[in-house]
Amino acid sequence: MISTKAQKQIDVWVAKYPEGRQSSAVMEALKIVQAENENSLNTDIIQAVADYLDMPGIAAAEVATFYENYNHKPVGKHTIRFCHNISCMLNGADDLIVHLEKKLGVKTGEVTKDGLINVKKVECLGACVGAPMFQIGDQYHENLTADKIDEIVDNLK
Amino acid sequence: MNEVCFKNLDQKDPWSLKTYEASGGYSVWRKILKGELTPEQIIGELKTSGLRGRGGAGFPTGLKWSFMPRNANMQKYVVCNSDEGEPGTCKDRDILRFNPHSVIEGMAIGGFVMNATKGYNYIRGEFMEPFYRFEEALKEAYAAGLLGENLDGSSVSFDLYSHLGAGAYICGEETALLESLEGKKGQPRFKPPFPANIGLFGMPTTINNTESFASVPDILANGGQWFADIGVENSGGCKLFSVTGHVNEPANFEVPMGIPFKDLLEMAGGIREGRTLKAVIPGGSSTPVLTADVAMNMTMDYDGIEKAGSMLGAGSVIVMDDSTCMVETLTRLAHFYYDESCGQCTPCREGTGWLYRVLKRIMDGNGKADDIDLLMGVQDKIMGNTICALGDAAAMPVESFIRCFREEFEYYIEHGKSMVKG
Ligand SMILES: Cc1cc2nc3c(=O)[nH]c(=O)nc-3n(C[C@H](O)[C@H](O)[C@H](O)COP(=O)(O)O)c2cc1C
Ligand code: SF4
Ligand code: FES
Repeated sequence: MISTKAQKQIDVWVAKYPEGRQSSAVMEALKIVQAENENSLNTDIIQAVADYLDMPGIAAAEVATFYENYNHKPVGKHTIRFCHNISCMLNGADDLIVHLEKKLGVKTGEVTKDGLINVKKVECLGACVGAPMFQIGDQYHENLTADKIDEIVDNLK
Repeated sequence: MNEVCFKNLDQKDPWSLKTYEASGGYSVWRKILKGELTPEQIIGELKTSGLRGRGGAGFPTGLKWSFMPRNANMQKYVVCNSDEGEPGTCKDRDILRFNPHSVIEGMAIGGFVMNATKGYNYIRGEFMEPFYRFEEALKEAYAAGLLGENLDGSSVSFDLYSHLGAGAYICGEETALLESLEGKKGQPRFKPPFPANIGLFGMPTTINNTESFASVPDILANGGQWFADIGVENSGGCKLFSVTGHVNEPANFEVPMGIPFKDLLEMAGGIREGRTLKAVIPGGSSTPVLTADVAMNMTMDYDGIEKAGSMLGAGSVIVMDDSTCMVETLTRLAHFYYDESCGQCTPCREGTGWLYRVLKRIMDGNGKADDIDLLMGVQDKIMGNTICALGDAAAMPVESFIRCFREEFEYYIEHGKSMVKG
């Protein structure tokens, strides 16, 4: 259920914690398997992670549902995480979110028909000096304008 | 400006070990490894420096470090709080990106002082660029023999690891952070016991903010008095202020404590063209809002901001001009706290929901005449009645927004639309 590659990645995290405390790695383990499963989780996968880390399934499930960064239904290949908190709001994030929704033909929470992109409104991402901003994958895109958004989105494959 | 955490900002590859060492980095740590500094000396210098926790609560760092049972015969931990999630705050991200070694050295020094041989840096899950930078810096430090066991043949050992969050503001609260580090839901613990007695994995633990740790090496290299003299009474040193919102040049500024707000505003390029200052949140979204005239007469230090009626918090200055609808702004903040409440205590879980729903109904044009009293009543019931300070953080903006801008709330309720935006 968990690929050898994923196991190797998880083991790197397990090694950071004391003997017998391998469940500290559960947050990363869930991210690693999520990335291998079209960016979402299901009960079987969560159980597999729990088994791998020798922890109760319910404990892993609690983590998987408590934190924002796990998905429990299909999402796009790319999730655009658009900050709509205060500094970004003051700098026009709301209008830009509408612009992005129009451009993609989806509302926040929906996935584009080709399965490529979904948009999510998120809270402050800690880059407020670069407001308005969003995150795609590991990358932050700051000081957004409608033109800049178009360019970034057009380049997503 | 930029004397401590940001002092290498204009150098080539400021994040590299080479740049860090060229400006005196790791000199304090090397002195420790040579046995030239004692924990007592270090705590003494930190106390003299007036360094107070940069994570928001402002607790004196030297004092906090002295609480650790350093002689207790068990594993002890130092933990760095890089979960930065308070709306308006974006300084720790830049410390991690541009000066990761200062955090490593600060944590290592803390480890030595508190006899804690292991440390974790809890980095918020979205901060991947800072995470990679920090990991790179860890590699450099290990390769240079600055981290590990029996360093330089001494009896000093320190191992440091990074841990990533997964999206939950509440994990910035120190005991929620410990739960999260243990691989659980990030729900705050009851205090006492405090982490210094029962912390990570049940062991004595000290948690400090990224900026607090990053300030330690320079304080010890230059002396506590040097740092204290940069600032003002009760607020030693310099501090990073994130200035955002309706300013021309939003940025992080490392400036002496006690500088007038109006100077800081000017550094950020002032208010947008053709607009005037309306309101300022001086310390991040959880701190009370201030009106323009109060803010313009305020100095940026713990006492100065408290005198003005708010708190220095994490130093996150959110500037709003006269185009800002305060009802809309408060609604956005209320939504945030509602979203981020961990759900453990009834006043916070239910109260944040109430606050958001009442504000939303006002915004939808369905406000009722007694909604303002309702909001004030709900925030009052949350305040002081919860396990962690998120409850207070949700309550304080409501109280202050309504106190300072009551007429805008009344207008919205009466007319079903914003007084500012129409
Ligand atoms: C809801 C909530 C969120 C917090 N978020 C952070 C945070 O993101 N970063 C931080 O350093 N401290 C945060 N704190 C404060 C920590 O609980 C703790 O006081 C701090 O990390 C201690 O470090 P310091 O003494 O160096 O400031 C938060 C507190 C609360 C109640
Ligand atoms: S105050 Fe709110 S966030 Fe804090 S423990 Fe209680 S419910 Fe959780
Ligand atoms: S408010 Fe958008 S990044 Fe902080």
